[in-house]
Amino acid sequence: MEYYRSHVLVCGGTGCTSSGSATLLKLLDEKLAEYGLEKEVKPIRTGCFGLCEAGPVVIVYPEGTFYSRVTPRDIDEIVSEHLLKGRVVKRLLHHAKQAETAVDLSLDEMPFYKHQTRVALRNCGVISPENIDEYLAFDGYKALEKCLLHMTPQEVTATVIASGLRGRGGGGFPTGIKWQLASKSESPVKYIICNADEGDPGAFMDRSVLEGDPHSVLEAMTIAGYAIGAHEGYIYVRAEYPIAVKRLEIAIEQAKGYGLLGENILESGFSFDIHIRLGAGAFVCGEETALMVSIEGRRGEPHPKPPFPAVKGLFDMPSNINNVETLANIPPIINKGPEWFRSMGTEKSPGTKVFALGGKINNTGLVEVPMGTPLRTVIYDIGGGIPGGKQFKAVQTGGPSGGCIPAELLDVPIEYDSLTAIGSMMGSGGMIVMDEDNCMVDIARFFLDFTVDESCGKCTPCRIGTKRMLEILDRIVSGKGEEGDIEKLEKLAETIKATALCGLGQTAPNPVLSTLRFFRHEYEAHIRDKKCPAHHCRALLEYVIGPDCRGCTACMKACPVGAITGEPKVVHHINPDKCIRCGACQTKCRFGAISRQ
Amino acid sequence: MCDCQNAYAELDAIILRHKDEPGGLMPVMQEAQNAYGALTMDIQQRIADGMGTTLSEVYGVATFYAQFALEKKGKHVISVCMGTACYVKGAQAVLDKLAEYLEIPVGSTTSDGQFTLQATRCLGACGLAPVMTVNDEVFGRVTPDQVAGILDKFQD
Ligand SMILES: Cc1cc2nc3c(=O)[nH]c(=O)nc-3n(C[C@H](O)[C@H](O)[C@H](O)COP(=O)(O)O)c2cc1C
Ligand code: FES
Repeated sequence: MEYYRSHVLVCGGTGCTSSGSATLLKLLDEKLAEYGLEKEVKPIRTGCFGLCEAGPVVIVYPEGTFYSRVTPRDIDEIVSEHLLKGRVVKRLLHHAKQAETAVDLSLDEMPFYKHQTRVALRNCGVISPENIDEYLAFDGYKALEKCLLHMTPQEVTATVIASGLRGRGGGGFPTGIKWQLASKSESPVKYIICNADEGDPGAFMDRSVLEGDPHSVLEAMTIAGYAIGAHEGYIYVRAEYPIAVKRLEIAIEQAKGYGLLGENILESGFSFDIHIRLGAGAFVCGEETALMVSIEGRRGEPHPKPPFPAVKGLFDMPSNINNVETLANIPPIINKGPEWFRSMGTEKSPGTKVFALGGKINNTGLVEVPMGTPLRTVIYDIGGGIPGGKQFKAVQTGGPSGGCIPAELLDVPIEYDSLTAIGSMMGSGGMIVMDEDNCMVDIARFFLDFTVDESCGKCTPCRIGTKRMLEILDRIVSGKGEEGDIEKLEKLAETIKATALCGLGQTAPNPVLSTLRFFRHEYEAHIRDKKCPAHHCRALLEYVIGPDCRGCTACMKACPVGAITGEPKVVHHINPDKCIRCGACQTKCRFGAISRQ
Repeated sequence: MCDCQNAYAELDAIILRHKDEPGGLMPVMQEAQNAYGALTMDIQQRIADGMGTTLSEVYGVATFYAQFALEKKGKHVISVCMGTACYVKGAQAVLDKLAEYLEIPVGSTTSDGQFTLQATRCLGACGLAPVMTVNDEVFGRVTPDQVAGILDKFQD
């Protein structure tokens, strides 16, 4: 390998690519050539660093200098000052922007990263995902070698069982036990499936692993194949993830080229091949039985279990299906041993979990913390709290299957069982923060709208029951709620939970039940007082001009329906009967005189 | 007379590539849609014949998955992310504004065939919420009053 004195890591994850990191890389190449540094400094396009809020992110090693929101105009300065003369560009430091202290904090010292433990994300943002040599340099394929050459399939499975690893796709089923079940099924043909369908809206953990560290997934699938006796694997990826697909294709090609995938891997006599299949936009296909039917090329409708996939799965053969993040944990468990893994997290939920932190939070992005970390640490210490001095209201975990957790419960440790106990669930790792401006009834309606849309229609409780619930919620948020609506919702919810065919329907009522549990008063205010306490629901709010109005007439001009009247320099007035509550006046007002009531 | 032989040459090649692959129907439909823009009835029929299955089977799959389009989309496709992160940060207002500006309901195409407006699932760029895309270009932290300016770039 050639030697470079500096490496410049540019995030090539989806968030930063969207905010223009590809242009930065191109410019960087040009500028390095211009200053004659191309033999000394190497730019690397990595996976996601996690702190998407600050994107596009550029990190210079060996110093570990963290530049955020870098624009094309900044590149010349980074090259001519930092890379040529060794002078850090203070104004671009992430910290300088946040805390107005121009200290050069490296990654490990930044509050966002300090509380994190990166296992599944260990290589994301560290290596170039399109270069197998970099993965190899970070212990890549060492676990595979250890398994194939020094361990029996039973020993591999036993190691995974001993680690206590539980499925990160939402269910939390012990991974090793699942492998054991599949290994016991007698069959010449078996399959390993990687679930990369990541359907939870607002979650992108799996995407970042695939984009930032695709080889770890390939390595783990091959290990799983060895453990259960399968020679073929499928990765089912959402079609919305083109970068992930491309990097997986490159990774498969490279692994085959190095004899780490394909026939007779590492001369061990074991062969394993991996195919990629694209989803086509159906949330239910994240459910394992539906996913397998979809790979077979049919309508992705789930079917009842048993038979479990370990007995009769893809193409009716015994199959083992695991989530991307679950798999990303496998190589380090093999390399470092189950005790190491158990040293993190809690007794019942060992290890770490990746969360996609989003919504009303300062540091949106990806975080990985030991299980058992309190929600408060994630939201305040890592996430940096709520922007704009607003009040925290709730955090939603578990996506459309989960629930909202109120402020009183922020000290609950993050664990499969503790989250279920408070009516939410771990889910795949979406964590959306809501503030005082978010209406909880509307959030419940949002998730129900999602499930109604995504229900496959096979079973009646889910197809019709969720629709009835949505109709009631629509009624409530539009000010037409009636006494008894809450009870109807509860009754429907219990029935659907008990009778739906698959996990989609069984968990669909959870967002409603959990908001009813913690924010019942908001439902009651909508129904009885015809008020939305968060001033969010259009039908229930009024725009009012207060005494701060200077009479500048800006709002009058902005109003599309002529609902605002008044003379210049005199406080204006909004006619509530004409007002269509579009909010145009409020955005135009420079004096903050217009409020929602 | 139609020039079907030529028009479907690419489709036939796609079918040939996947015909014997287990579960090859979805890849065929995905590639056909990329090549032809939509899975019209004619195309579905040809896929059914080529893959040795029925039109109803192909139609069933085409209508099950959100990404298969039975009709061609507009020249520019506007997608507003309605994932949770974007929703709590006001994506609905952006979508409403677009519908109002283009004078079409969500999920349809303007009469001049310029723009298709649709709501999509999480695009995985939640850090930039609310997010919208026009074709492949991503716009983050969008507010309703930026909408007109963004579309101007694409109008011709
Ligand atoms: C409606 C529904 C959607 C699901 N979506 C996903 C998903 O997007 N990704 C995922 O890994 N698991 C998803 N699951 C869970 C899978 O069915 C399955 O439990 C998981 O892939 C098993 O892998 P694990 O044991 O490694 O978690 C979903 C389940 C249900 C019921
Ligand atoms: S929720 Fe919009 S990009 Fe994820």
